Amino acid sequence: MRFQTLLKHPADWMKGSGPHSEIVMTSRVRLARNLRGFSFPGYSPEHQRVELLALARPKVAALPPMKDGFSEEYAGLSKVRKQVLVERHLISREHAARSAGCAVVVNRSQSLSVMINEEDHFRIQGIRPGLDLRSAWQLVDDADSALEAALPYAFDEKLGYLTACPTNLGTGMRASVMLHLPGLVLSDQINPVLKAVGKIGLAVRGLYGEGTEALGNLFQISNQHTLGEKEGEIIAQIEKVIERVVTSEINARQKLLEDNATMLHDQVGRAYAILRYAHVLTSKEALNLLSLLRLGADLDLVPDCDRGLLDLLLLEIQPAHLQFGAGRDLTPDERDALRAEITRTRLQFLVGPANISSTRNPPEAPTSDSHDE
Amino acid sequence: MKCDICENEATVFLTQIINGQMTTVNLCDACSKAKGVTDETGFGLAEAFLSPAPGGGESELVCPACGFTSAQLKKIGRMGCPECYSTFRHSLEGLLKSMHKGTRHVGKAPRHLVARAAATAGIAHLRQALEQAVREERYEDAARLKGEIQSAEAAATKTPEAASPAPPEPFASGA
Ligand SMILES: [Zn+2]
Ligand SMILES: [Zn+2]
Repeated sequence: MRFQTLLKHPADWMKGSGPHSEIVMTSRVRLARNLRGFSFPGYSPEHQRVELLALARPKVAALPPMKDGFSEEYAGLSKVRKQVLVERHLISREHAARSAGCAVVVNRSQSLSVMINEEDHFRIQGIRPGLDLRSAWQLVDDADSALEAALPYAFDEKLGYLTACPTNLGTGMRASVMLHLPGLVLSDQINPVLKAVGKIGLAVRGLYGEGTEALGNLFQISNQHTLGEKEGEIIAQIEKVIERVVTSEINARQKLLEDNATMLHDQVGRAYAILRYAHVLTSKEALNLLSLLRLGADLDLVPDCDRGLLDLLLLEIQPAHLQFGAGRDLTPDERDALRAEITRTRLQFLVGPANISSTRNPPEAPTSDSHDE
Repeated sequence: MKCDICENEATVFLTQIINGQMTTVNLCDACSKAKGVTDETGFGLAEAFLSPAPGGGESELVCPACGFTSAQLKKIGRMGCPECYSTFRHSLEGLLKSMHKGTRHVGKAPRHLVARAAATAGIAHLRQALEQAVREERYEDAARLKGEIQSAEAAATKTPEAASPAPPEPFASGA
């Protein structure tokens, strides 16, 4: 598969579907794996990384799920192309910064990717839409089992899979879920919820700009421990916690509708208006407004708004995607203008939120029969 | 600024890039230690190594497989190669305890190793049976068990090495 083809086809997990997709964006599982007899990539000389790549890439590309996939060495990928892969969550930013001896192999539907010579020799990653860590695990588990038959893994009976960093030791598994929690943020309940999650040994990360302002109301929850628990137990625990967070978010949204409808309608209305008509949009502003519009769509305040449309837009307006689409480097000002243009185009047929709320009586309801203006 | 986990003043600020966005986690001293909040970055790990080692006396260790030294380990917070885990295992024990739920892997394992472990367990069982047979002077049983142990051991030592580098799945064929 060519890079252009990869880019033209959004992965199924980018289309805003899956269990609890109104709140859970994606579920990801990644495994860290290494080969016996080679130093870890961070400490190995270049010729050893190149040697490992030559040995391993054909085996990875030959995995059954990688049929007709995308496989490329970093030496043959431009900076912008690598950045596009980062924005699609197919490779890590750290990996994109490397070059010699590095490669990525992605399956056709972009649900499975294998980075070679990241911090570990292999990072096998599966992504599914919504809350579905089990399917993501299934993807990486199958790929891992196939790879282990072809290559000699570094494994210790007591310590499990040996990884460059001891924080990944054991299962080598990191399971993470990306959540959209505008209800909890708008109603000021986010901190206690995140604290509770942090207390039970899971890591919570928000997307932050400068300072402490949360961006796009997006939060990622993942396991911290990788040694001493089975993969299935870790995943079951995260899913249980996420179910609770999802319930809190649903309740918070409901409560906002009941107690704070004016504020909610105002926020969603403003987001719609700016996104539809702005000619300059920074990524921060776009991220925050799209979050509010998504909330409006989830609560049916914006009629017939497809979540998938918004999630794809979110991807399309990131810097590297913009530059790749434009075919050249863009200045920040040019990016902000192009971002606004694409947003206006994508949302041009989106019907706005109802201006007169049907769920409430208008203020000072006139006594006359006529509501005409 | 307050700790993201508790109410204390944050002293550790973890910054990383996620989805092209800068991410900051604010933690107090206690929470950052308790959590070993390290995740992908190995953040805090370098410090964990820097704090005086309780055991001590391992400062001159060098990994025979890759040449990585304990000084480098302290500085980088990562291992040089898979062998480093046995080279530096004593200085790791405390760290792993504070970092993880347990110190022993209980999850997935490569299939040929699972097969070997099962064989080892089977052999241990046969040995017990053998001892008992000898104690009870059931020599015919003992002779049979001895034979079974020998063939099981032969099979078990064959699988792991052969299974790893070159020939694909040597014991999966035939039969
Ligand atoms: Zn704290
Ligand atoms: Zn070593």
